[in-house]
Amino acid sequence: MIRAEGIFKSFGDKEVLKGIDATFEAGKTNLIIGRSGAGKTVLLKILVGLLKPSSGTIWYDKDNFSLLEGRKLREIRLKVGMLFQGSALFDSLTVQQNVQFPLDMFTNFTYKEKLNRVNECLERVNLENANDKYPSEISGGMQKRVGIARAIVLNPTYLFCDEPNSGLDPKTSIVIDELIKDITIENNITTIINTHDMNSVMEIGENIVFIHDGYLEWNGSRNQVLDSTNMRLQEFIFASPFLQRLRKAALNNH
Amino acid sequence: MDDIGIGSLVIVCLISIFMGAVSAIQFAYQLSGQLVPKYYIGYIVRDLTIIELAPTITCLVLAGKVGSNMAAEIGGMRQKEHIDAMEIMGVNTSAYVILPKILGGLFAIPLLVCISALVGILGGYIATVPTEIISDIEYVRGARSFFHPYNVFMMFVKSVVFAFILVSVSCYQGYYVKGGSIELGKASTAAVVYSDILILLADYVIALLLMA
Repeated sequence: MIRAEGIFKSFGDKEVLKGIDATFEAGKTNLIIGRSGAGKTVLLKILVGLLKPSSGTIWYDKDNFSLLEGRKLREIRLKVGMLFQGSALFDSLTVQQNVQFPLDMFTNFTYKEKLNRVNECLERVNLENANDKYPSEISGGMQKRVGIARAIVLNPTYLFCDEPNSGLDPKTSIVIDELIKDITIENNITTIINTHDMNSVMEIGENIVFIHDGYLEWNGSRNQVLDSTNMRLQEFIFASPFLQRLRKAALNNH
Repeated sequence: MDDIGIGSLVIVCLISIFMGAVSAIQFAYQLSGQLVPKYYIGYIVRDLTIIELAPTITCLVLAGKVGSNMAAEIGGMRQKEHIDAMEIMGVNTSAYVILPKILGGLFAIPLLVCISALVGILGGYIATVPTEIISDIEYVRGARSFFHPYNVFMMFVKSVVFAFILVSVSCYQGYYVKGGSIELGKASTAAVVYSDILILLADYVIALLLMA
């Protein structure tokens, strides 16, 4: 479980986050959603420790993440996996070397043990025969899957995904979403996904944190989205006339 | 180290040979008609190359070639979130990304400076002996006269200090780059400009400290 308490963040005079309180539960796919510029990427970066909040506290289970330093911080880091928006794969390394990188850095495994673990992770993301390919030789969807394999190779307790569907076609997006959801359930991971993909919201949003203009505007599950009376949430999720008609139809059937 | 050392060998040799050649010809011109013996050309070229030209010119050139490349490489890693990815994994990114470059620079650049000094002296020979400005015996005699090993020590001190400046400044510029490709270009330029200024400043300070 990860908990954000009273998170404020300013860049100069501009206040981006204005007191966010949210809980991200273990074994669930937690989504941070919001319009561009709402502050969701900043929140994700604060949660993962890439940015320091101006004030507020981040709890990783019982550890106050904001106060951790040195060895204890590194210990927590080893429990964190992250899938970046652009995958952030190392261009000069092959798929296998990319996935193996955390094992090289933090384990004393033999080469064979590392290879077995890498193959296990690549198999999990349905990329059995891509070991020797370079990131430039595989598609965007495959790069995301390699990113997921690298993120889970050390069996993380916390998984962060920054816009996992950006730049992907709807079908591949669904594959990535399902993969993240399955991995979350299988390993009881606290998964936090930053997205503005409405398919993801409605398919895997077990705990949704909606941020608007730096404030926590709404918090609930995908099942509560349809019934919500929060106008900003409705305007954001059902932005197009087509989706509005769908919502109306769904509510009528309901 | 391969990029810094072997990759820069050709440009360093090319510059050094002309550096030595031009120095020799200009001193030959200035000494012509004077009472100073001609073999002094070899002596002056040797000391000038060892004390000043080899470490300073080589490092200024390397700041342009290697420094900008390092800033762009590390800046590119920052922009593609490679450094963020490593940080989240728990990797000490400054140690992992920058330290090997500093160690490589501290090892390879003094060697390049040493080669530059040798090639510079050879350049002076090529420019003056075949053109019969002075004879082979005179040049070699000059190059072997009044030799102070302390000058070589000074050359190595300068090269180590300059190497540290150019690598650390360039890595810093790349590591803390923010924004897009325009900012990356600016960081790359800043790496060269700041390295050059600091190298020249350090050159002055070292000269004061070691020669005063």
